[in-house]
Amino acid sequence: MIRVENVSKVFKSRGAVVRAVDDVSTTVDKGEVVVVIGPSGSGKSTLIRCVNALEMFEKGHVYIDGVDIADRKTNINKIRAEVGMVFQQFNLFPHKTVLGNLTLAQMRVRKRNTAEAEEKARMLLKKVGIPEKEQEYPSRLSGGQQQRVAIARALAMDPKVMLFDEPTSALDPEMVGEVLDVMKQLAKEGMTMMVVTHEMGFAREVADRVLFMDQGKIVEIGTPEHFFTNPQEERTKLFLKQVL
Amino acid sequence: MPQYFAYEAEDVIKAPFDGTVTAIAESGSTTTVTLQSDAGEVLDFKVDTGTVRVSENELLFDGDALGFVASWRMGPLLDGFFTTIWISVVASVLGLIIGLIAGLMKISKNFAVRNLSTIYIELIRGTPLLVQIYIAYFFIGAVFDLHRNVCGIGALALFAGAYVAEIIRAGIQAIPRGQMEAARSLGMSMPQAMTEIILPQAFRRILPPLSGQFISLIKDSSLVSVIAITELTKRTKEAVSSSFLTFELWLVAAAMYLIITSVLSQFVFYLERRARASD
Ligand SMILES: Nc1ncnc2c1ncn2[C@@H]1O[C@H](COP(=O)(O)OP(=O)(O)O)[C@@H](O)[C@H]1O
Ligand SMILES: [Mg+2]
Repeated sequence: MIRVENVSKVFKSRGAVVRAVDDVSTTVDKGEVVVVIGPSGSGKSTLIRCVNALEMFEKGHVYIDGVDIADRKTNINKIRAEVGMVFQQFNLFPHKTVLGNLTLAQMRVRKRNTAEAEEKARMLLKKVGIPEKEQEYPSRLSGGQQQRVAIARALAMDPKVMLFDEPTSALDPEMVGEVLDVMKQLAKEGMTMMVVTHEMGFAREVADRVLFMDQGKIVEIGTPEHFFTNPQEERTKLFLKQVL
Repeated sequence: MPQYFAYEAEDVIKAPFDGTVTAIAESGSTTTVTLQSDAGEVLDFKVDTGTVRVSENELLFDGDALGFVASWRMGPLLDGFFTTIWISVVASVLGLIIGLIAGLMKISKNFAVRNLSTIYIELIRGTPLLVQIYIAYFFIGAVFDLHRNVCGIGALALFAGAYVAEIIRAGIQAIPRGQMEAARSLGMSMPQAMTEIILPQAFRRILPPLSGQFISLIKDSSLVSVIAITELTKRTKEAVSSSFLTFELWLVAAAMYLIITSVLSQFVFYLERRARASD
């Protein structure tokens, strides 16, 4: 479903050169949940953003369903419609109601009519547990509610894959659970997911594979059992000791 | 003084051909004079009752006066007031379009496009509007044989556009990057994301500086009086020189500018209040 091949992304800012992602290769199969963990600044966000070309990488290839996303002939908007993304800061559209947030791209990108788009939106709002908020503006919602709307907004496009970049890191602790529950439900339904998170409980419970990154490289890949009971690399052990 | 706002003028109604007056019928304040030309054509003319200069069966020649019609005309100040309004409105709309294009060019990834916009903005902001108006009229206008209104409005629009471009650029860049990324991640194209997500949000932030710019433009429009466009300032100057009501007329002109600018302020205030609905 997702194939990342030798992707490198270098940031140059004021003379300093940062290898945010350094020759990374990995795959996420259909229906699989891959959780990416690692210390801050290790390149997790950059990697996940390369997968839908929000970050343009200079080296390597990313294939979504076999299509090379960096190919000039690829219509990137079409690919992105198939790849849902959920951000740490929610990034809801503040000038639109919850319903407006969920219907806009459906109508503009998927070319659905208003009735179809609203029906889909209401179905998803029910699914993420906030059907009563459709007329509210995002600023009137709690962080947990906003993030659930953001998830619903991405799902409204009927994506084949969902990317999550630390979806619970900006939330008050009491709201983390409600967002993780929605994500667990999605995983159960067989959604293909790539999730950057610091929620080790989620990784242990939901992940098919865990991927540990440090300094732009994948240090270790394995099942949650392998990771949390028997990590091989020193850096992995050190990191897990700090977070657990 | 009132005659500078409006006055009653009398227009002469003339016979358009040689002929005979066949009938004169009075009804209230208007009187209808019927003429028959030598060729047999019959026409009715309406004039004010009491001003009729002809009698029935009288022979007339082409151009003879039949009577008068009085009507209200705008005085020079009111005429200048409306000229100032329409010049400002047209220049504002054009300035907004130019500013939007230049502002978007300014944040383009393309080096040449970006620089072109920068050069335009710096050229305009680095030179006095009065000089730009003279160049527009005496040089560009002369070369391309343009009407003075075109030159004046063009100069005002280009001037406002440079400032609007900076306002719009700053407004767009003040929108968090995540908004564009969220829109693009949903598969929306760059133009779609701009028009549906970024610009509507930027619009609310740029409304106050933008209205300030348009208020400036209304006031700056007085400068086009130097190329003999008969807007409010030019009209007031003319009226002063023929009446010597210096003090009164300039005060009135100032009040008329104030009316235009405060109506605009109120309108923007209303827009701002409406836009605050989603907070
Ligand atoms: N837009 C950017 N410009 C410059 N440097 C960046 C940018 N984005 C990320 N980086 C750098 O790249 C590295 C990886 O960042 P990131 O992918 O955000 O890490 P993580 O998500 O694991 O915390 C960091 O050193 C960060 O400072
Ligand atoms: Mg990150």
